[in-house]
Amino acid sequence: MKRNRIALASAALLVAGVTALAGCSSGSTPKPSGDSGSGDVDATAIITTNGSEPENALIPTNTNEVGGGKILDSIFAGLAYYDGDGKLVNDMAQDITVDSPTTLTVTLKKGQKFTDGSEVKADNFIKAWNWGAQLSNAQLNQSWFADIVGFNAEADSELTGLKKTDDYSFTIELTSPVANDFATRLGYSAFYPLPDVAFDDMKAFGENPIGNGPYKLAGEGAWQHDVKIDLVKNDDYQGDRKVMNGGLTITFYASFDAAYADLQGGNVDVIDQIPESSLAVYQDELGDRAVNQPAAIFQSFTIGEQVAHFSGEEGKLRRAALSMAINRDEITDKVFNGTRTPAVDFTSPVIDGGGEALDGGDVLKFNPDEAKKLWAEADKISPWSGTFEIAYNSDGPHQVWVDAVSNSIKNTLGIDAAGKAYVDFATLRADVNKRDASGKRTIQTANRSGWQADYPSLYNFLFPLYATGASSNDGDYSNADVDKLLADGAAATDESAALADYKKAQEQLLTDLPAIPLWYQNVNGGFSEDVQNVTFGWNSVPLYYEITKSKK
Amino acid sequence: MLAYILRRVLQLIPVFFGSTLLIYAMVFLMPGDPILALFGDKPPSEALLATVRAQYHLDQPFLVQYYYYMLGIFQGDMGTTFSGQSVNAVLERTLPVTGRLAVMAIGIEFLLSIIVGTISALRKGKASDHVNLVVSLIFLSMPIFVMCFIAQYVFAIQLGWFRPTVGGQNDWGDLWLPAIVLGLSLYATSMRLMRGSVLDTLNQDWVRTAYSKGLPGYRVLPVHVLRNSLIPVITNSATNFGVLLVGATVTEYIFNIPGVGNTLFAATLKHEGPTIVSFVTVFVILYVLVNLVVDLLYGLLDPRIRYA
Repeated sequence: MKRNRIALASAALLVAGVTALAGCSSGSTPKPSGDSGSGDVDATAIITTNGSEPENALIPTNTNEVGGGKILDSIFAGLAYYDGDGKLVNDMAQDITVDSPTTLTVTLKKGQKFTDGSEVKADNFIKAWNWGAQLSNAQLNQSWFADIVGFNAEADSELTGLKKTDDYSFTIELTSPVANDFATRLGYSAFYPLPDVAFDDMKAFGENPIGNGPYKLAGEGAWQHDVKIDLVKNDDYQGDRKVMNGGLTITFYASFDAAYADLQGGNVDVIDQIPESSLAVYQDELGDRAVNQPAAIFQSFTIGEQVAHFSGEEGKLRRAALSMAINRDEITDKVFNGTRTPAVDFTSPVIDGGGEALDGGDVLKFNPDEAKKLWAEADKISPWSGTFEIAYNSDGPHQVWVDAVSNSIKNTLGIDAAGKAYVDFATLRADVNKRDASGKRTIQTANRSGWQADYPSLYNFLFPLYATGASSNDGDYSNADVDKLLADGAAATDESAALADYKKAQEQLLTDLPAIPLWYQNVNGGFSEDVQNVTFGWNSVPLYYEITKSKK
Repeated sequence: MLAYILRRVLQLIPVFFGSTLLIYAMVFLMPGDPILALFGDKPPSEALLATVRAQYHLDQPFLVQYYYYMLGIFQGDMGTTFSGQSVNAVLERTLPVTGRLAVMAIGIEFLLSIIVGTISALRKGKASDHVNLVVSLIFLSMPIFVMCFIAQYVFAIQLGWFRPTVGGQNDWGDLWLPAIVLGLSLYATSMRLMRGSVLDTLNQDWVRTAYSKGLPGYRVLPVHVLRNSLIPVITNSATNFGVLLVGATVTEYIFNIPGVGNTLFAATLKHEGPTIVSFVTVFVILYVLVNLVVDLLYGLLDPRIRYA
């Protein structure tokens, strides 16, 4: 009988304990119901979303990653912003005019204010850009000001190309005829203005920035490191980005799995990343609330000019053969579950003029017979030996597709192909950038490459990667025709003329194939049942100001 | 006794220097350039790279960097992260969170293991004993991340009893789910230890004497059996506490808890020297101190043990 009593007692204790635990947990959530969207909109509702801890303080000229970028784009307003389709729309500027291929004039709207009450004037832009350009300030975005007259990468130097004409207007003079493209860059976060108070103590400013955008920090200390940041609607903002909710809370997640778990549990409203493990099922699980649309992200792998067997005529044949040996349709379907789109050019379909078929685009289609033929021809010039390797960093989700591409090449061409894993991104880049005494790159494998557009322009996809000596030209590719076409495009005053130039440049790239285009990445995200009007912008970030939340 | 404690504390000094030097050397030797990685896909000019590197003293030889770092330590400044925060502030923010998690996990593990272990030992060989052993075997064999994912999916997402992640709300009441999972992962060994210890004690002469004196079970058990059996379990749990304190990294990662494990993991990915070395040094010292306390506790609980 004692035994039964103890058993009964412990059972009762267990039940009591579990009930107490369930009650103790703060904010237990009910299972999501099928109801969505009906009911009134709550204009003061706070939208919750995922983010990552900014790598630096919140200073526009020192932020070049999405964690900080997401916050800055919400609390600051620059001369212009990019709408959902990537079109430049004036924000603080009344007017941005391209006067000549090297000069622009900017006029500001009057009466725009920072949240500390000071007015947004021409000086706020000029001083902020100058501050970002000085070498001694060591700002990560310094290179964005490189085209302005007066910029010096080696020493502190004032940007004399920025001339104030009156309190609300200034002119920009450039060192090369890229004014047309420069105008499209002005929506990027490096060009945000800073209030006068920022220059007194930039370090403290970076912790509690004062901006002029649709949102502002909820108060002093609203940025809880590694935890979240609270933003509220900024009533002083008079621009076109009307805020339809009361604020935005960005929770910093350590992993996308945690963010997705929160979405499933109803603990977060919108997420803009789906973890690898759930890519196959998230569209079924979320239904209409899943997001899978093209993004301005281009993936490829680069084969440098210095890699053995890949230069000159032999190189052209081998590159074309490799490109035709990759079954992009199958890989994007089976490996990526439709979250990638096979590439037909070197840019992205999200950008105006991008993602369109080019002359000579057949080299990007799977053609095993032609591939074998070209490879055999190349072998006649110099027989192939060894393994074709693609270097990649293992701290990202690349192993799967590198293996898929290598297998595609192996099965089609009958050669040995494999991925070469590097421990992390830093190590991979170190090897890619290593040069010998004569300045030639030393890496002898292909390496994964790609580009996420900073601003919606074809020039941004092409110039930094394929122009002679450009900053991200991993393979040291150099072609005078391409350089000229890119320069013409940037200087063109007519949009269609510029697009025609960029198209021709890409057609040249298709014959040389400095990098083998693979696919465009999609943005994958999801939202909960309580929110509506969730649209993702050209840069894969939701347009938070448009999101509405229904009353509970 | 005092001399013993003093000796153990003095041993901390060479441990401190040795571990900081070793960890600093290892971070230094890691391949790849962390400053270049800060720029991502868009590499900077040589001059900018040099300026940023100089900010973190990363252009100096190894021993000079180490010297600057130790100089800072003795002034109480553990350095700054790449994003400009002081490591002291980061530690102050994350250690209490992991501390709470560790205390709750050990508490759950300890209570559960002594209750179930005692019951199992008293009913040795019967059905309930076998069930307990099999259940503990299941927990022993499941990797912690499997338990975390299952718990998160079943109890948080499907049933909604808890929130799926912890995030900013990480006070005592918010850490139940990760604490239970952590506790259960350690429970198996603890329970078996308790069971073995109780079985041992039950066979001792003094217990037989107590029963033969006519003392009832409810007097013998807590006073004579439990007190003697608890010793190894307490010391085991205390050691586990030290282990948990230095980072239940996987659990923190899955439940998004801003504790030391998560922060150290992120810092390691970024090759952030000051954070890595400072955190690891603090852990080493904490772990040594916890072990010292465990040893002293053992001596306190068991009067047969004396320290010279």
